[in-house]
Amino acid sequence: MPDDTPLLSLEGITKDFYGTTVLRDVTFALKRGEILGLVGENGAGKTTLMRILFGMPVIAETGGFGGTVRIDGQPVSFRNPFDALDAGIGMVHQEFSLIPGFTTTENIMLNREPSRRNVAVDLFGPRMATLDRPAMTTRATKAIERLGVELDPDMLVSEMPVGHKQFTEIAREIDRENVKLLVLDEPTAVLAESEAEILLDSLRRLAAQGISIIFISHRLHEITAVADRVVVLRDGQLVKDTSAKGVEVREIAAWMVGREVDANARVRSDRKYGGPALEVERLWVDMPGETVRDVSFSVREGEIFGIGGLAGQGKLGIPNGIMGLFAAGGTVRLHGKHVELDAPRAALDAGMAFVSEDRRGVGLLLDESLDWNIAFTAMQVKGSYLKRWLGGLFSLRDEKAMRALAEQYIEQLEIKCTGHRQKAKELSGGNQQKICLAKAFALEPNLLFVSEPTRGIDVGAKKLVLDKLRHYNRDEGTTIVMVSSELEELRAICDRVAIVDEGRIAGILPPDAPLADFGLLMAGERAAEASA
Amino acid sequence: MKTPFKLPSAARVRRFAADNVVVLIFLSVTAIAVPSSNLSASYIIQDLLTRYGRNAFLVFSLLLPIMAGMGINFGMVLGAMAGEIGLIFAVDQGIAGVQGLLYAVLVGAPIAVLLGWIAGQVLNRARGREMVTGYILGFFMDGVYQFVVLYLMGAIIPITSKAITLSRGYGIRNTLGLDSVRQSLDKLLKLELGPFDLPMATYLVIALLALFIVWFRRTKLGQDMRAIGQDQTVSHSAGIPVERTRILAIVISTLLAMVGQIIFLQNMGNMATYNAHRQTGFFAAAAILVGGASVAKATIPNVLVGVGLLHLMYIVVPPAGARLFGSAQIGEYFRDAMSYAVIALALALHAWRKRANAESARAGLRGAASGAVQPAKTEGGAE
Repeated sequence: MPDDTPLLSLEGITKDFYGTTVLRDVTFALKRGEILGLVGENGAGKTTLMRILFGMPVIAETGGFGGTVRIDGQPVSFRNPFDALDAGIGMVHQEFSLIPGFTTTENIMLNREPSRRNVAVDLFGPRMATLDRPAMTTRATKAIERLGVELDPDMLVSEMPVGHKQFTEIAREIDRENVKLLVLDEPTAVLAESEAEILLDSLRRLAAQGISIIFISHRLHEITAVADRVVVLRDGQLVKDTSAKGVEVREIAAWMVGREVDANARVRSDRKYGGPALEVERLWVDMPGETVRDVSFSVREGEIFGIGGLAGQGKLGIPNGIMGLFAAGGTVRLHGKHVELDAPRAALDAGMAFVSEDRRGVGLLLDESLDWNIAFTAMQVKGSYLKRWLGGLFSLRDEKAMRALAEQYIEQLEIKCTGHRQKAKELSGGNQQKICLAKAFALEPNLLFVSEPTRGIDVGAKKLVLDKLRHYNRDEGTTIVMVSSELEELRAICDRVAIVDEGRIAGILPPDAPLADFGLLMAGERAAEASA
Repeated sequence: MKTPFKLPSAARVRRFAADNVVVLIFLSVTAIAVPSSNLSASYIIQDLLTRYGRNAFLVFSLLLPIMAGMGINFGMVLGAMAGEIGLIFAVDQGIAGVQGLLYAVLVGAPIAVLLGWIAGQVLNRARGREMVTGYILGFFMDGVYQFVVLYLMGAIIPITSKAITLSRGYGIRNTLGLDSVRQSLDKLLKLELGPFDLPMATYLVIALLALFIVWFRRTKLGQDMRAIGQDQTVSHSAGIPVERTRILAIVISTLLAMVGQIIFLQNMGNMATYNAHRQTGFFAAAAILVGGASVAKATIPNVLVGVGLLHLMYIVVPPAGARLFGSAQIGEYFRDAMSYAVIALALALHAWRKRANAESARAGLRGAASGAVQPAKTEGGAE
């Protein structure tokens, strides 16, 4: 076969979900034995692109995609991931898909076990064949050797160090005889530095054996170290497709986060802050998918402190942990006073409020009316909007006060609704978000956490929410900690922005720092110069 | 940072106790009751030997669903019902001896497969709540069984023997005498060993079943069941037909329960037509849990130890109650309460252990706990 037909070529891939374009005209090709580094922020379209490649049913269910996928020059369309596997594409996922109580061998050979026929096969079908254990071990060992690593074929996955799990997973993919293309989605995210090195070596070995590799990683130095070519996606478009030779991490970071336009980042020399409002030391939070490992920072009185970073790195865990919604440890002090963790009530009593990213789950009582929603937490925590009877023996809701409160916020935040008795679930996402804000404001907090305040709401509502936050900060002097995936919006309203990477704070930057610096921090490069 | 977590020895002892607390409690109660019962050793041993033959097969039927991650198959009573229907026909046809039992198995098998398939379908729709769903399904099917046996048999389903029909002309009598097949399997190969009678044929059947299970674990289907028992998502993404495999586990379990119930009843010699299956699931579950199994893991030794321990208690506690409290009934209440307590404790322990495991797995993620020191460069303020 002539070597110049690319193994894989993507031509004009376009995809939209319910009118939102997530991929626009993405075109690139991959040669045999080539390692392609695929880079992009969250929402840049990497995941969607890989889903298209693998024929994930979700793509067809949402209306298919535009463009052509070719393998060895032939157009293909996979109806499900198994078709893709048959065509020789292997995927190594971010989360381990291993059976914990199985050995390395059993996992590598999972559902492809060599077996021996017996009488029962003729009677009841092929699944009654007994497993050929020695053959399984031989094949697994061979796959491990191809990787060039040391793995015990008889070790249980549950007892393995995390690096071995990752190698087991890769070995499983390359055991397939026809494997031509391997996609690795953040394979090093869970690995220590030295383990990641070994992994990169293995990738080079596999590439030398003629296997093409798509390597997705947010650790850009790994991309430059191992990839032959770099493809950068931003907002669903391919912004760069270049040979990796001579490319610097800093350049990739800049391509990834965007152009150097600093229209939003105003210089705020006139801002004045008080002493420390919130001090966090060695915080860990056990939030699934957003684990915080070791975070320390301090927020000054009157400041808007931004926390950014890629999804899954732990930025969401910080407010959720401090507010007691997930198991957490470490020290948190508010105005010098110790705040008890693992106790939402204690956090609220201390004067902190939280607008959760999980609007529908944590933020709202969906089946209740707006006035209830707005007054609810204040009622619970501060006993506001309650009328006391018989010297406080029992108390009833003060409907009138609640109504006044609701109407005040409906007007202030321009909430579009039919009235304060409307049910929260009937509002649009943007208006629901405003209700969440109103609920937090009604607590009159001295420190407000807002988490992903503009996620899933339209542009107009976005601006209003950000303006309200800024005003609330300026007029009421409330200190705000804002967590967001949107770097631009953090840079627009925050006084300082911390970037979280792998459960730790990679650095804290002023909002007008060059975009590439933010990109570097997200890429796990603890830039030494990153200080305000 | 990623060194494996080592248990200190005190913790290890605690862990062992926690893992085996059900067995330990049971052992201590029985140890107190054995001397108080005043029963002779040979009596206890003979009774145990008989009860092994009677019950072990039923308990074995629980193994596969546990392996497939579906917990204790309380829906096995469906199989028991199928076995009873088979026996009704065997008695009605007047087929005696081991042939009668085989006939009952042949009649019961399609019914068990059908019921098992239905149960499997239902349980697939009740993921994560298989045990309680299976339990309630048993109650529901009990109603269907009553309808079939009490109204349809003799009316629509032909029953020839007047002796087993209610006097009104249709429906089966409350108690079905199994004289034609009574202990036919037990007596097929009787071995007299000193003072003891050993029903070798029954033991042989049980041994064959144990061998079947050992072999089954090594088949592709067995491997698939183990895989889905640990992680359904991973198994599914590896291409294992998860739902079908789960249904197969339940079908096999129901079939085995059907055979188990027939073996049980041939030993008893008569059958409470409408009650015999009611407690089958409960006894089998108690036995396997007493043997040290959990709802997530069970082995053949668990079955053997469990049947022995549970029935030892069942033998000794009523006479012990009679001697200590002057009433055998107290002992009977007590042994039932103990058995239920064992099930409740095992379920609670399983939930607790699952949480504890998740907790210790997460502990590894905690930066502060792992001793990693973060360079102090978080303060970027311009004060």
